Amino acid sequence: MQDNTGSNQEGRERRERAIAASELEGWFVREILPLEAALMQFLRRSWHNKAEADDLRQEVYVRVCEAARKGVPHPAKPFMFAVARNLLVDRARREHVVSIDTASDFDAMGIAAEEPGPDRNAMARQELRHLQSALDHLPPRCREAVVLRKIEGLSYREIALRMSISEDMVSDHLSKGMHVLANTLYGEPGGGKP
Amino acid sequence: MSGFDNTVPSANAHDVDARAAHWLEMRERGGFGETEQAAFDAWMEESMTHRTAYWRVSAAWERANRLSALGPRLGAPEISAARTRASFFVLKRVVAATLLMAAIGAGGISYYLSTSSPEATYSTSIGGHKVIALADGSTIELNTDTVLRVAGADRRTVWLDKGEAYFDIKHDAAHPFVVMASDHRVTDLGTRFFIREDANRVEVALIEGRARLELADGKTKPEILTPGHVAVATAGLTSVSAQPSSVLTNDLGWRNGVLVFRHMTLAEAASEFNRYNVKKLVVVDPAAANAKIDGTFPANNVEAFLDAVQATLRVHVEDLGSEAVISH
Repeated sequence: MQDNTGSNQEGRERRERAIAASELEGWFVREILPLEAALMQFLRRSWHNKAEADDLRQEVYVRVCEAARKGVPHPAKPFMFAVARNLLVDRARREHVVSIDTASDFDAMGIAAEEPGPDRNAMARQELRHLQSALDHLPPRCREAVVLRKIEGLSYREIALRMSISEDMVSDHLSKGMHVLANTLYGEPGGGKP
Repeated sequence: MSGFDNTVPSANAHDVDARAAHWLEMRERGGFGETEQAAFDAWMEESMTHRTAYWRVSAAWERANRLSALGPRLGAPEISAARTRASFFVLKRVVAATLLMAAIGAGGISYYLSTSSPEATYSTSIGGHKVIALADGSTIELNTDTVLRVAGADRRTVWLDKGEAYFDIKHDAAHPFVVMASDHRVTDLGTRFFIREDANRVEVALIEGRARLELADGKTKPEILTPGHVAVATAGLTSVSAQPSSVLTNDLGWRNGVLVFRHMTLAEAASEFNRYNVKKLVVVDPAAANAKIDGTFPANNVEAFLDAVQATLRVHVEDLGSEAVISH
């Protein structure tokens, strides 16, 4: 699996020590997940079938994490995009897709550049807006359950009473909410708002 | 799709993500026994795909903890929804509030000037029911097909645009709770009450405490309502009657999802059911319309009601799908 990460990249990125299994999650959440919106944009633009973008994203994560077990790529961003591009090349070859449009390269999209960090307050506000808009993307009942849980801090039992549904239904709403929130929080620029 | 055979697992990512969310949700609920833990560990061990999917969804859920900054209470996202719409919307509200202020007179000035914060809109569809908890401990329950707006920095002014709502209000003499419905204003004086707005007809019933009902333009003498009072107000006329508390309790059956009929005519009962259901009941002849009904029925079960009606009143029911016609 990790053979596909692109040997041409290995020399270019500074590899640090191999990452312990227990540290992999933290590294993935900290370094890779925040890049998801840009990754999805890249995948949707570059791959002929947009419906497969989520599968490709998942495959990129697997390859990146397998590679990180051997040595943490630093910086993570160009490494992840190199993995993504190689994945598309592999897929294209396997599926005999003649043209894959990597012309809209990530350099051209400006996603390889490290943008300067905004100030902390602005970031906190932006994060809250981002979260709110992600919340607004949930179906109404599902959103209601998430609000009651996350904002009002209610127990399952209280949520069930408040919404006049069973606790199992609360489970369904929350599980769906978690799924959709992950997609909008990480996959959509600005939390899903255009 | 361009006609490749499907070597790419197309629904896979979605399924794995849904599964990961399911695990996380079980953990959230606190339902991870020994068996589940073992099953979860095995699932995680199975592939890196599973692991990254789980890390991802749990990181997102963790991130959503910051939403608590929006609290306490009052479904804050509704406010945010209003806020993310263009700012002219807010501006418009300020203008409207200012006009209203002019109508109400000096007493309202300081209050309405402070209501420039965006409003929140709550609504239910036909058959819906929603509870809104306000920051001050008050609660508002929306009945079927209802639209209610909450505004003001202190969230003590609401507009009942249509439908029916039950209010359980924490009294605060310095910040009276005000409900605007049609042309009328109801001001709580320490209260539980419900209000129904229907084509400019406003009905206010007081369960507990006291409330003041008046025209928003202040042109009529206010009515002070006490428990058991049911006021029916139209633009020109307000009438107040006293009802036994059992009647008011029956009227609030919807809070438990039921409709309670006591010697109600079939026509009235049918129109009550029609508030809660998309499928409409039509009573076509006077003999059937005036037949009396007693009983407690689930508000959203038209069929059960029709069965009962057919069994007891010997009327004929013709079910046309989107409506049911009742005749003698």
